[in-house]
Amino acid sequence: MDILLSLRIALRALKANKMRSFLTMLGIIIGIGAVIVMVAVGAGATQVISEQIASIGSNIILVIPGSTTSGGLRAGSGSVPSLTADDARAIKAECPSVAQVAPTLRGAVQTVYGNMNWSTLILGVTPEFLEIREWKIVSGRSLAPSDVDGALKVCLLGRTVADILFGDEDPAGKTIRIQKVPFTVAGVLESKGQSPQGQDQDDVVLVPLTTAQHKILGTQFPNTVGSIMIQAKSAELLGQAEVEATALLDQRHRIGPSKDRDFSVRNLSEILALSQQSSQVMSLLLGAVASISLIVGGIGIMNIMLVSVTERTREIGIRMAIGAKQRNILLQFLTEAVLLTVFGGVIGILLGAAGAAAVAALFNWPVLVSPQAVVTAFAFSAAVGVFFGFYPARTAANLNPIDALRYE
Amino acid sequence: MDEVVRLIDVAKTYVMGEEQVKALQGVCLTVGRGEFVAIMGPSGSGKSTCMHILGCLDLPSSGEYLLEGQSVERLTKNQLAEVRNTKLGFVFQGFNLLSRTSALENVELPLIYARVPTQARRKKALAALDMVGLAGRAGHFSNQLSGGQQQRVAIARALVNDPAVILADEPTGNLDSKTSEEIMNTLRDLNAKGITVIMVTHDADVAAYALRRVTFRDGVIVSDSAQEPAGRQVEA
Repeated sequence: MDILLSLRIALRALKANKMRSFLTMLGIIIGIGAVIVMVAVGAGATQVISEQIASIGSNIILVIPGSTTSGGLRAGSGSVPSLTADDARAIKAECPSVAQVAPTLRGAVQTVYGNMNWSTLILGVTPEFLEIREWKIVSGRSLAPSDVDGALKVCLLGRTVADILFGDEDPAGKTIRIQKVPFTVAGVLESKGQSPQGQDQDDVVLVPLTTAQHKILGTQFPNTVGSIMIQAKSAELLGQAEVEATALLDQRHRIGPSKDRDFSVRNLSEILALSQQSSQVMSLLLGAVASISLIVGGIGIMNIMLVSVTERTREIGIRMAIGAKQRNILLQFLTEAVLLTVFGGVIGILLGAAGAAAVAALFNWPVLVSPQAVVTAFAFSAAVGVFFGFYPARTAANLNPIDALRYE
Repeated sequence: MDEVVRLIDVAKTYVMGEEQVKALQGVCLTVGRGEFVAIMGPSGSGKSTCMHILGCLDLPSSGEYLLEGQSVERLTKNQLAEVRNTKLGFVFQGFNLLSRTSALENVELPLIYARVPTQARRKKALAALDMVGLAGRAGHFSNQLSGGQQQRVAIARALVNDPAVILADEPTGNLDSKTSEEIMNTLRDLNAKGITVIMVTHDADVAAYALRRVTFRDGVIVSDSAQEPAGRQVEA
């Protein structure tokens, strides 16, 4: 019996009970739809986190000042300015796994241009900072080593700051005041978006490290820096670079068994990789929950197919009497079950994609319906049909023709 | 005479609970090609069981059944299905057509299971419908047809595979006397064209159309005789 014909026969049988067929499909529709939405949302979340990792820069370790204890009072991390620009230079010079080092100093400042003013974050940096963060300039020029050497009063504006102070005007070459000190705007940074913590990474002004140390954030300890960003030569060398930098700083800060470290080393990529992993686990869990609804839908199909076999016992008897083999009967009912689940699967995929698009529009969140997920969902729904349709179909095929013919 | 069906000392025993029911006890019956046999008998006489065995829907407990000289005893379920499909045509009391299916498709069904290609299938099915005088109703759904028309569609379906024998089980049981006459005339005409017909009935008027009458009682044949068929003289 050719496939087209058995499909037509199955379609007719399903059309004969439209409402029942629809309700039976509903389980599969909901199951597949849920799987598609969950996987799409999960993939979107993973992508957001990957973008955040990329926005921080790759293979990065952060060294920040440690905690101190004075008079029995333990202060938090970074409470003592223990790191210096010399530490940064030493790491760069002596640790073989380290590619680049970028010491930074941060503070809060008020910026003024014309009649506009804005309170923002200032970062004293070196040109390496922009390289490690892979942060590009969209107008004007970047920071040069000579800016740092000469402690020049130049700055780079983050996108947010540039928009607030200048509006549509091009800030490059203009003069702004930072804490009343006039600075020339060298350039504007490209937009980085939000950090993993939800902060606006573009609400920032970058100035040469030396300028920040001497002219803006003058601290009581000369040459100190807020943190040191280290980029390892490769992802594999990340751990090695961490060990080397820690050992070097231990030595430079004379850390021994009796003295607590006055700095701490943090591996940012690891933290983000962890959060990425957790979002993957999350989407896996959601997928598992959705699969359960798919199985429940499959059981519904099995139930209805069993009812259908009983109802059509006489039809089965007729078919057998005029020469249908067991295989023919088996295939007939199996085709019906698979048709039900495949229809349900297709509708579910369409509804799921629509649902994913709605989530994307509502939460402004990239929701990715991957062709892979669609193909898998489709194959899975067909498999559910075969799996849950087999038992009823076999029951039908194993009927005794005489009993089936006599059935009222 | 060319032998179509031969039962040799066939017995059939059912187990109903703890009781053994001997439905057939040593039946011998030979039907030649072109015969028109009416099997009669009261209910419980074993005529239905005999029909099931002749129809390869059931196998004898003992004895042998030769269909066109071939024993069916050792056939598998699938082979039996194939025998039913190619050598036998069934006409049931309740018509047993598929509902929501056109007359043509009902008649095509045995050919579908015989894997006859679409074109040839259509042609043969139309020819069979023509033989029972329903060529004009090919597209009608079975539930749009009258009882007599439905039964004639069923006869066309039984005919379509050129079977060795048509087995009719109370073919007029659900019909009024006028329609019964129509159906019996149809069967008689087919028999006149050389098709072997074996019919089970308890109605003497219907049995009168046959050329030979076999009577069952308590699982054995009690009489078997040729008869002058009714209605035939009218035509002649």
